[in-house]
Amino acid sequence: MAQVAVAHAAEHELGFWRKYVFATDHKVIAKQYLWAALLMALIGGLMAAMFRWQLAWPDASVPGWGPMGPQDYMVMVTMHGTIMVFFVAMPILLGAFGNLVIPLMIGAGDMAFPRLNMASFWVFLVGCVVLLASLVVPGGASPAGWTGYPPLSDKVEFTGSFWGINLWILGLALEFVGFLLGGINFLTTVVTLRTRGMTMWRLPLIVWQEIAAVAIFLLSVGPLVAGAIMLLLDRVAGTAFFLPHRGGDPLLWQHLFWFFGHPEVYVIALPGFGIMQEILPVFARKPTFGYRTIIWCTVVACFLSLIVWAHHMYVSGIDPRLATPFSIATIAISIPFAIMIFAMIATLWRGSISFETPMLFSLGGLVTFLLGGVTGIFLGSDTADIYLHDSYFVVAHFHYTLFPVVFFAGFAGIYYWYPKMFGKLMSETLGRVHFVLTFIFFNAAFIPLFMVGLAGGPRRIYSPMAYDLLKPLQPLHVVATVATIGLVLGQLPFIVNFVMSMLWGEKAAANPWHANTLEWTVDSPPPHGNFAHPPVVTRGPYDYSMPGAKDDWYPQTAPFSGQPQET
Amino acid sequence: MYEKPIGLNGGRYAEAESPKPGDPVVGVLIFLASETMFFAGLVTAFLVSRAASLDWPPLGQPRLPVLATAFNSAFLLASGFTMWRALQDRRCDQANFQRWVAVTAGLGAIFLALQGVEWIRLLRFGLKASSGLYGATFYTIVGAHALHVAAAVAVLLLVALRARQRHLADPAWRGVTACAIYWWFVVGLWPILYALVYLS
Ligand SMILES: [Cu+2]
Repeated sequence: MAQVAVAHAAEHELGFWRKYVFATDHKVIAKQYLWAALLMALIGGLMAAMFRWQLAWPDASVPGWGPMGPQDYMVMVTMHGTIMVFFVAMPILLGAFGNLVIPLMIGAGDMAFPRLNMASFWVFLVGCVVLLASLVVPGGASPAGWTGYPPLSDKVEFTGSFWGINLWILGLALEFVGFLLGGINFLTTVVTLRTRGMTMWRLPLIVWQEIAAVAIFLLSVGPLVAGAIMLLLDRVAGTAFFLPHRGGDPLLWQHLFWFFGHPEVYVIALPGFGIMQEILPVFARKPTFGYRTIIWCTVVACFLSLIVWAHHMYVSGIDPRLATPFSIATIAISIPFAIMIFAMIATLWRGSISFETPMLFSLGGLVTFLLGGVTGIFLGSDTADIYLHDSYFVVAHFHYTLFPVVFFAGFAGIYYWYPKMFGKLMSETLGRVHFVLTFIFFNAAFIPLFMVGLAGGPRRIYSPMAYDLLKPLQPLHVVATVATIGLVLGQLPFIVNFVMSMLWGEKAAANPWHANTLEWTVDSPPPHGNFAHPPVVTRGPYDYSMPGAKDDWYPQTAPFSGQPQET
Repeated sequence: MYEKPIGLNGGRYAEAESPKPGDPVVGVLIFLASETMFFAGLVTAFLVSRAASLDWPPLGQPRLPVLATAFNSAFLLASGFTMWRALQDRRCDQANFQRWVAVTAGLGAIFLALQGVEWIRLLRFGLKASSGLYGATFYTIVGAHALHVAAAVAVLLLVALRARQRHLADPAWRGVTACAIYWWFVVGLWPILYALVYLS
């Protein structure tokens, strides 16, 4: 591997700060995003365990916190939601995996704008700090929900939190700027830096999913930024955009928020799908079923995602004549997703499947997402939603959609690309233990919440003892809480595995999974600049078990005739 | 479109290439899609607020300076032309290029200064952001646009400074073109916002 030595020489020219802190190398930035996201995930997960404790054993002292009143409870719920969506899901799925795989998979040396990429991470990190700082300012952090609905979020008189909500808005704004810069980079990179032969129809699916995700992020975030500015002006400059008693319209916020908020679900879901779509063919040793169909479904889903937002507002007092078209569009959007899921299942059909940890997490994600998708059809229909809205059914539903794509797919991605990122192999045994614990406890935590919701249990009530009709639901909350604590503790094998493998793990070869995509043609970890010579791509990314081939994989750089490249 | 390859890293791609830089023009066009949606959000808020109000402009509120701002707008529109003029000169005459960019930035600065004067007059007449949706939407939309112009002026001054210090090599012109596209965006957006906010 002489090509590697050449690139290694370039690597040594950078000092410590440029190499590890203010780095412009996409692989280092990917790791920085991963570290930040895992840390935030720990904080968000512990918050969930704490407010779940309050729900299971109301008014008992919460370990590490003390008695949790309604205000603290709402702060915890708000911060949990905000952290998990914006400071965990996006940095893992876009920041970490997008940054890691896009240049490697398209055969580029780095992102199109490496310094912009660095800025993207640092702006994001300042956003993290600002959001966490809101926890300690006088008046406390925002208790207004992760959706920040006005009037509640609009005036300090309604919550007692002045700087808390201001910093919440500011932290989110910084996060948006960070991912705006990142998104511009992703798209420009894929448009301009694909290597010879890497046509759009030879791109690995995850690259498609990443650029689709950032495209809808870029298109939908603008109106929310406009809304956030108006909300901040309402709070600090005395305007009344969202205050009904002064002529403003709180529904305007809901429109602006959900115009972004629904596409945001796909900003997260599509890269999560992309990870699974990358892993399934590798461990089934089969070409992806319906490669082009999946891409077209992604494109259709992206367009539809921009016109379904009002399904979050069926009970907000919108015109019923408006609810029906949004209901139809929402049901329609499940079609491309259903096709994608079927394509993934068909990829497995009669494959020679092996159950390594990345595959286990991908399959776990597929199964749990199915339940999330199916329950979404109930909520998408306006008539059913009037009963289910704002109940724990909704909570269970969106955890069943987001947890699979963020955590099951996220972990699948970590186990799959860890050798490429860190040059070491992870422990399979610990990985399997981690999967079993996560899968069991996740389902045990959220199936009870479907039941609470169907029984009419409303979300955002700090104690199930607050109303007589909710008291019978309290035992279900105990089950959910015990499982949540199990879920948090179930991450210990992962943390141990992650750290231990980095220190003492077996050295990884260039292509430990015998996969086809370009990142596996270079060393683990790849040198600065990735490719000593730009690779030439001759085929699509999923040529597994091709008839007549010596091996059951065919790297994207393998010549048309002759044998696949040795690794 | 794609000819038959020779094989992995082989043959004529022997010499190592440094990573290619991305194309700033593509980047700025993607960014402008986002910017367009941002202003669409503000305009939506404006239209919703206007539709929800009984009278627009409300009784007892000052009227906006339609003519004075139209006069002021001429400076901004002229800067769109001078920006184009600068790009015409970029290859043959870098001194001229740098001068035209400075003129463009200057015209933008004049626009901002006159806007500032108008704002002070309006505030004296009692049009405040806090006095109702009329003032709130006016200051938010016009203010958001003014901030964009200010940022773009700063970028143009940087470009002019760079061009003064050293000869810009060919790749840098893509960056300059990207800056120009951004400038045309803030210039081209203004007539739309003017028509919406001032003429309604
Ligand atoms: Cu939605």
